[in-house]
Amino acid sequence: MGEIEEANRKAMDILLQAKPVLKGIGVAGKDIPGMTKTTILHAGPPIEWERMCGPMRGAVMGALLYERMASSLEEAEELAASGDITYEPCHHHQTVGPMAGIVSASMPVWIVENETHGNRAYCTLNEGLGKVLRYGGLGDEVIQRLRWMEGTLAPALARALELHGDIDLRTLIAQALEMGDEGHNRNRAGTSLLIRTLAPHIASVAESPAVASEVLGFLAANDHFFLNLTMPAAKCSLDPIADIPGSTVVSAMSRNGTEFGIRVSGLGGRWFTAPAPEVDGLYFPGYTADDANPDIGDSVICETAGFGGFAMASAPAIVQFVGGSVDLAVNSTREMYEITLAEHPFYRVPVLDFRGTPTGIDVRRVVETMIPPVINTGIAHKDPGVGQVGAGLVKPPMTCFEDALRAFADERSS
Amino acid sequence: MQRILDLFSQDLSVINLGLEGFGDALTDQGVDVVQMDWRPPAGGDRDLMKILDQMEE
Repeated sequence: MGEIEEANRKAMDILLQAKPVLKGIGVAGKDIPGMTKTTILHAGPPIEWERMCGPMRGAVMGALLYERMASSLEEAEELAASGDITYEPCHHHQTVGPMAGIVSASMPVWIVENETHGNRAYCTLNEGLGKVLRYGGLGDEVIQRLRWMEGTLAPALARALELHGDIDLRTLIAQALEMGDEGHNRNRAGTSLLIRTLAPHIASVAESPAVASEVLGFLAANDHFFLNLTMPAAKCSLDPIADIPGSTVVSAMSRNGTEFGIRVSGLGGRWFTAPAPEVDGLYFPGYTADDANPDIGDSVICETAGFGGFAMASAPAIVQFVGGSVDLAVNSTREMYEITLAEHPFYRVPVLDFRGTPTGIDVRRVVETMIPPVINTGIAHKDPGVGQVGAGLVKPPMTCFEDALRAFADERSS
Repeated sequence: MQRILDLFSQDLSVINLGLEGFGDALTDQGVDVVQMDWRPPAGGDRDLMKILDQMEE
């Protein structure tokens, strides 16, 4: 067996045996490695304030208001641009964040551990759809919701989790895929399964029936609540393959709204970036493609780990949210087998006779076939303060993969 | 030679690979044509094809 094949086999063994487990809820500033009070984590490859897109800027300003480091939008903008805030990618801190992916010190975070390898990943709690911080939404309702999540939702969930014990996310994701989710842009089944698991304990530990009702009502009203668990599940599954010499497996894909970036296992922490593409999708009433920001968010970690768009055949109903046809959903999954190295042993697609989802993107196969990974995603308004305007499908720029392949060849020849 | 002539005297089923125009010309003449979804490796980029060849072990 050649060096690349051997390295890829090692990477795939590690990835396919990953067992993500929900351990609890922590606080970003305390639990995420390397966080400080003035650190703000963001989605995608590294980016400084000056180059950030509108929704990411909006989310940064919102986080500064939430942290009470600024008392007005003007103050927040001034502080954001002052150089006193350290901006770093979530990915550099064992963390992932949907859309703008903004994480600040006081935010509660899910703690997910890959029990097979002992590494952890973190993600904030999902706020819901529409005018929310991760889409760059601003306003009192956004900040008040974040404070309620910190003061009421997170403590209730943390106590419920303590009572229940760890939750095996690999099993939950596998079940959700068999119930019509794909784990990225459709999480109705996963969210329902999580509620079913936690509801009795929330009822037991909540300060009052009114709080229990409030918490359960919030979860029930947000089909995407489970997304912020599938993402760290994917992240902690992939991190152990982040630096395997000789491997051509893609270990991360992500976007900051300005650039799309990928990392390849054998090339360690290097990002290969290109301008973020436009999303082809459906828009909420009153919005059009002219309102859309280019592709943004860490949530494409789902596709990198073998679900999301790669498991779209599991979720035919998603085409009503992202556009396209049921055939498109099935064919998207089928096509991804062309660029991946394995079929997932736990994540399976019923409509394909329970075939394992296509997993482990090989940068060589992407370049050889010119088939880009298929990604399901949300669409943020291009201006700060508005929020989500739609959802759709996006294809990453091929140059990321071509540049990574060239770098890989350079490294081998040097 | 006779085998070639025989070929053209029977009903043809054609798999077309590459430019769709060749297949279209036959379809216009009532021939069954299946267009194969094929592209040259790496979109025909010679440098990338060379790299991919070198990485074949």
